Amino acid sequence: MTTRVYLPRDTTSLALGADSIAAALVIQAQERGMRLELVRNGSRGLFWLEPLLEVEHGGERIAFGPVALADVPQLCDALAADPAGHPLFLGPVEEIPYLKSQQRLTFARAGQGDPLCLDTYRALAGFSGLERALSMDCQEIVNAVTESGLRGRGGAAFPAGIKWQTVLDAPAAQKYIVCNADEGDSGTFADRLLMEADPYQLLEGMIIAGLAVGASQGYIYLRSEYPRAREILAAAIARAREQQYLGDNIRGSGRAFELELRIGAGAYICGEETSLLDSLEGKRGMVRVRPPLPAIEGLFGRPTVVNNVLTLAAVTTVLERGAQFYRDFGVGRSRGTLAVQLAGNVRRGGLVELAYGAILRELVQDYGGGTFSGRPLRAIQVGGPLGAYLPESQWDTPLDYEAFAGINAMLGHGGVVVFDDSVDMAQQARFAMEFCAVESCGKCTPCRIGSVRGVELIDRIIARDAPAGNIDLLRELCDTMEAGSLCAMGGMTPHPVRSALAYFAEDFSPDNAGPRPSAR
Amino acid sequence: MDDRVAEALAASIPRYRDLPGGLLPLLHALQAKLGCVPPEAVPAIASALQLSRAEVHGVISFYHDFRSEPAGAHVLQICRAEACQAMGSRALEAHAKTRLGIDFGETTADGRVTLEPVYCLGNCACSPSVRLDEEIHARVDAARLDALLAGLGEVVGG
Ligand SMILES: Cc1cc2nc3c(=O)[nH]c(=O)nc-3n(C[C@H](O)[C@H](O)[C@H](O)COP(=O)(O)O)c2cc1C
Ligand code: SF4
Ligand code: FES
Repeated sequence: MTTRVYLPRDTTSLALGADSIAAALVIQAQERGMRLELVRNGSRGLFWLEPLLEVEHGGERIAFGPVALADVPQLCDALAADPAGHPLFLGPVEEIPYLKSQQRLTFARAGQGDPLCLDTYRALAGFSGLERALSMDCQEIVNAVTESGLRGRGGAAFPAGIKWQTVLDAPAAQKYIVCNADEGDSGTFADRLLMEADPYQLLEGMIIAGLAVGASQGYIYLRSEYPRAREILAAAIARAREQQYLGDNIRGSGRAFELELRIGAGAYICGEETSLLDSLEGKRGMVRVRPPLPAIEGLFGRPTVVNNVLTLAAVTTVLERGAQFYRDFGVGRSRGTLAVQLAGNVRRGGLVELAYGAILRELVQDYGGGTFSGRPLRAIQVGGPLGAYLPESQWDTPLDYEAFAGINAMLGHGGVVVFDDSVDMAQQARFAMEFCAVESCGKCTPCRIGSVRGVELIDRIIARDAPAGNIDLLRELCDTMEAGSLCAMGGMTPHPVRSALAYFAEDFSPDNAGPRPSAR
Repeated sequence: MDDRVAEALAASIPRYRDLPGGLLPLLHALQAKLGCVPPEAVPAIASALQLSRAEVHGVISFYHDFRSEPAGAHVLQICRAEACQAMGSRALEAHAKTRLGIDFGETTADGRVTLEPVYCLGNCACSPSVRLDEEIHARVDAARLDALLAGLGEVVGG
């Protein structure tokens, strides 16, 4: 009898040694005369348990993790005799509370099988959204997206249906669908996980978008920091083309859609959609002045839908299960599910997909299990490098766009970075300015020069050089950057800085007795 | 012009010349072949894509990835972004600099390792993260970094 086992091959599992574990499994099984079929799946996003080995056993998939290379011989022994007796035994994978309690729509398939296997994708309801879309006209598809309440997942939370309607209504012989896979925010990995675990879902979403607005060409703009996602997407595109999901006659429908993968070159600002378009055109990634909107004059001057990976992926759920089904998740104007990414100093880091409205503290404590170091939690940065640092008094905020805006913070792409009490918030504020200086596209003076000034001011404050006066100057500088920047890079860098000043003032205070205990 | 550069240009330019927005893919292809985009290649790129030399140079210098000189035999990138900071990447960064005796953007005297900053590798749930050539490593502390560097062996070729 052959036993089928699964071991992920996504970036994080590989970074934790999954390839050498896979090789050892094969050798150890051979030595024992066991017949193993090893499937390299995507990750389920329970990164704290990676490398997570799943074994088909008694009609279920049972899990072991986190597996180290040294565990492999014993694990093979246990598989042959008494799996449940092994110390790394976690029970049936789908019963792990961290996974079971989630509301997985977009990430329902992640980790179930070989990400590149089209049969697996279809067996798990893949392409049923596309099939529905092929039987609808453009306006019906756009209506479904509008009615679903879907908002962009890249950060700005703009209603996807309105954007699509604008592109549909713009008359042009050539229109484009551009997928923003630049995922530059620290603490975020949901796009990567989706592309590595379920790439066809992104392709399906892009094809649907093309059908909806009348665009026959799509581009995925992927950051160069994601070599594994690049490999998987390139292979997925080739296989989808072979089976006529791409090309001039999608599944015999007579409709055309082509897709090309483009790789960024290390520039955070190219995640901003107009800078991304310039980069796709082969130029420096400079932010464009709006209007015109990309929906009217986008890539190569043509009407263009630019959407985040998760926005496009969510469209497949909307089409497959209906707008009303999707709308029924969430709170207020934040409909559907949010892919929260627990990162940084957290015991159980990973992806948690839940309807909007969950409470930040519960996520970090119940799912995250508190800090990795075991020290007290001190600050949580939500929404990437332009997001605010939240003190404990704000951890009861529900995860919805409006609630976060109400406390001068933002949900952004859903990254949640946890810090313990060894964090020095003056250093964090300094980094926010430094990052802005490194990554500014250079178009606006308050962003380009202001950020450099910001670093200098914070250095003086840290050195206790006229701190009170320099803190006032820093606040004024934040106001200038916010008012005089064309995009959120310069315009929102003040968020982490101001929140650090407001809620962690002791780290900037002259009375503060010396440096804090350093982090490891 | 160096033969290798001429060959790389001859192989890549026809592939990307007519591709809409083909400059970035062309630069990536050249850098993959040559380890950098040599300044002597700029005039040929500019004329093939009907751009000015200044435009091509502007693009090369805008993006962190493109280099005008080859890196060392290996490139070590240390993530400097927030999730890694929360797990001690500042100390890791300092350790790497001391251990290699170089700063970010520099290459060791023996040409073995170029050290670079990177801002997030998408591995933020198991930080600190580093990238050594094409491989990403998770939960890297000073000892693990030393072991990775020790595993690099001698420089081969040039
Ligand atoms: C500095 C900056 C960086 C951004 N980075 C990203 C990114 O990495 N990924 C992304 O999807 N959106 C990013 N955005 C948001 C995009 O500009 C844009 O809103 C988004 O791609 C639209 O797609 P959506 O409506 O599906 O979110 C960024 C915006 C700014 C100002
Ligand atoms: S705010 Fe900064 S990044 Fe944005 S357009 Fe201005 S200079 Fe460029
Ligand atoms: S912040 Fe370092 S990998 Fe994301």
